[in-house]
Amino acid sequence: MATNVQDIITKYNKDKTRLMDVLIDVQSEHGYIPKDITKEIARELDISHVDVEQTMSFYHFFSETPTGKYAIFLNDSAVANMMGRQKVKETFERETGIKFGNVTPDGAIGLFDTSCIGMNDQEPAALINGRVFTNLTPFRVKEILRDIKDGKAVEEMYSAAFGDGENRNELIKSVVQNNIRKKGPILSEDYTPGIVIWKKLPEMTPEQVIDEVKKSNIRGRGGAGFPTGLKWEFCRKAAGEKKYIFCNADEGEPGTFKDRVILTERPKLLFEGMVIAGYAVGATEGIVYVRHEYTYLKNYLENLLQGARDRNLLGKNIGGIEGFDFDIRLQFGAGAYVCGEESALIESSEGKRGEPRDRPPFPVEKGYLGMPTVVNNVETLCSVVKVLLNGGEWYAKFGTKDSSGTKLMSISGDCKYPGVYEVEWGFSVKDILEMAGADEDRVQAVQVGGPSGSLIGPDEFSRTLCFADLATGGSLIIIDNSRDLLTDIVLNFTEFFVEESCGSCSTCRNIPNMMKLKLEKILDARGIAQDITDLEEWGKVLKVSRCGLGQTAGNPILTSIKNFRHLYEEKIQKDKDYDTEFDMAAAVKASCEAAGRIPNLN
Amino acid sequence: MSKPIVATTSLAGCFGCHMSILDIDEKILDLIELVEFNKSPIDDIKTFTKKCDIGLIEGGCCNSENIHVLKDFRKNCKILVSVGECAIMGGLPALRNGIPIKECLDEAYINGPSVQHNPKGIIPNDDELPMLLDRVYPCHEIVKIDYYLPGCPPRAELIWNALVALVTGDELKLPYEVVKFD
Repeated sequence: MATNVQDIITKYNKDKTRLMDVLIDVQSEHGYIPKDITKEIARELDISHVDVEQTMSFYHFFSETPTGKYAIFLNDSAVANMMGRQKVKETFERETGIKFGNVTPDGAIGLFDTSCIGMNDQEPAALINGRVFTNLTPFRVKEILRDIKDGKAVEEMYSAAFGDGENRNELIKSVVQNNIRKKGPILSEDYTPGIVIWKKLPEMTPEQVIDEVKKSNIRGRGGAGFPTGLKWEFCRKAAGEKKYIFCNADEGEPGTFKDRVILTERPKLLFEGMVIAGYAVGATEGIVYVRHEYTYLKNYLENLLQGARDRNLLGKNIGGIEGFDFDIRLQFGAGAYVCGEESALIESSEGKRGEPRDRPPFPVEKGYLGMPTVVNNVETLCSVVKVLLNGGEWYAKFGTKDSSGTKLMSISGDCKYPGVYEVEWGFSVKDILEMAGADEDRVQAVQVGGPSGSLIGPDEFSRTLCFADLATGGSLIIIDNSRDLLTDIVLNFTEFFVEESCGSCSTCRNIPNMMKLKLEKILDARGIAQDITDLEEWGKVLKVSRCGLGQTAGNPILTSIKNFRHLYEEKIQKDKDYDTEFDMAAAVKASCEAAGRIPNLN
Repeated sequence: MSKPIVATTSLAGCFGCHMSILDIDEKILDLIELVEFNKSPIDDIKTFTKKCDIGLIEGGCCNSENIHVLKDFRKNCKILVSVGECAIMGGLPALRNGIPIKECLDEAYINGPSVQHNPKGIIPNDDELPMLLDRVYPCHEIVKIDYYLPGCPPRAELIWNALVALVTGDELKLPYEVVKFD
């Protein structure tokens, strides 16, 4: 075992900023990371043991104890539950004889819950040793468990044909379906990889590239909507001996899976976008931060990067431009939603806990390793390729005045055609419901922008998707009237935030949990009117959290109180304005037992 | 019009909040002009002799007696105010909330380094003693609390200003110095 770890550490040049990669490799090799190995890693990387432990303990997919020869992570997102997760879970538990969170006594199978794995359009889904299994049913679970008993390798356990498009690629071979329902400039097949690098960049100065991007009015696609051209300009002007381009492919917002499709079908477009950004900003290195759940794309993406190097689309003097050197590497995460926040993503890439930094300074001034860094969403980087190819003015014609271009929407939930839709900004929610084949009479709510977004009802379906009205990072979850909105959606999302808080700010560490308890109290018909007011007031306090996760952690409850107040009001006790839940008999039981006295309850 | 009647008590607290009330110095003369005291350590009246307008509660609830007193206050006072950190959130006594009560009692009476002589391993169990609760509760989890005065202790001026506001119906003055905590 020892030499193995040595090999891994040597592979990353004993570089302590690559701690994530070391831990990922050890975890995947051994199925867990025992203490003697973390000690060895600390010694070899010349950092303290707690440095290793604190990084390790932060991420969901690192484990100090064995996770089983077959580690099964079953997605626990709201949509997975809507699509029948409970029965799948029960089957796993019944057939293996263990509860979730445990490993079978023979060490063969581990069952674990996990937050949304980006397969909302084909739930219930699970990761088994990093490979994706979609559309699970109790029957399918039994098949999988039979294969495990027979000792089959995970990649031999697929019974259905591989998915569509590149999912069949020799280097991917997964059953994941793309479910592309509508194409636009990004998803269009009409694209020759490298065309901008060969034909456009040599004729343009970096400043001209930035100007063109500014002309397109494109804004960041991660959700916050910062103008991309401006971000690049800030970074170009910032002082620093080295600059970096980061692609944020850590889409962890439950209900979002468009980056999965881009990484599968248009990765070359993404890489070209990063090269363009590198040229504009004066960066020499690009890093794609990919969420752990998409590890099944690793070999495929690495191979494409090598292909680009062979074709001089990466490396030295790219596209024949003298002195333009740029290369890209992949950085995988290990299961932490908060790493989608740009400064947390940078921290994580440096081998640390994915905790957001205080800002300012912003990453464009002091980012990765303290150097000026641009962090762009996958979709943003893809879009700029088309901007440069066809001109900023061409691009600005798509969409609305304040939101130019197209947006990839991840649509899931109660509809006939879940999947990815590339639509112009300015579509209404109603348009999308129609496109996705949702039965409008039965839709009771739509979750716009994932748990951190808002839950809206039918009276708001005419609102349009754009930064000025309904801003979104790109997910819509359709919920019909067969669902219990508060239990199936709001509670699930709130639990998600409790689970995913990095714990750095006391607000985000505590309040979502308090709100969850209060919501459960209301759902349990023990609530009073004051509880609703408390939820609203506490939600406001969350706004002082450091990052977007904490600031929006109350949104599932806050937006549902705003738009579905009646659901709360019909569950509370109307005859009470105060309700103590204090029970004297229960409260004194333990101390009386300890002292050997009989409680006097009069 | 007769003067408003005030009652005060210290539950699981340290009497620090009551000391803070006394810290209003010479204003105490104004105070007795302004209000009449009933059950309170200030005048040593042990039981309610009439209905009160305002009840000031210091400390949270750590035992059954605290609960009885607090409920008694709720019954006899029109307005209840949680005064200070312990009443509002449990405060220092709530540090034990993460430890099972049996462990606390074992440490205090049986295994602790300061236990000199307890050969029979007895944990006090006389019926006269209040029964300890499983954890320290903030007052608002036991009865409805109308107002909260934060601080450890709340500054004398804050308590004074709040009392005056309650009695006169004027808006409470909250200058920055009174509510800053560092």
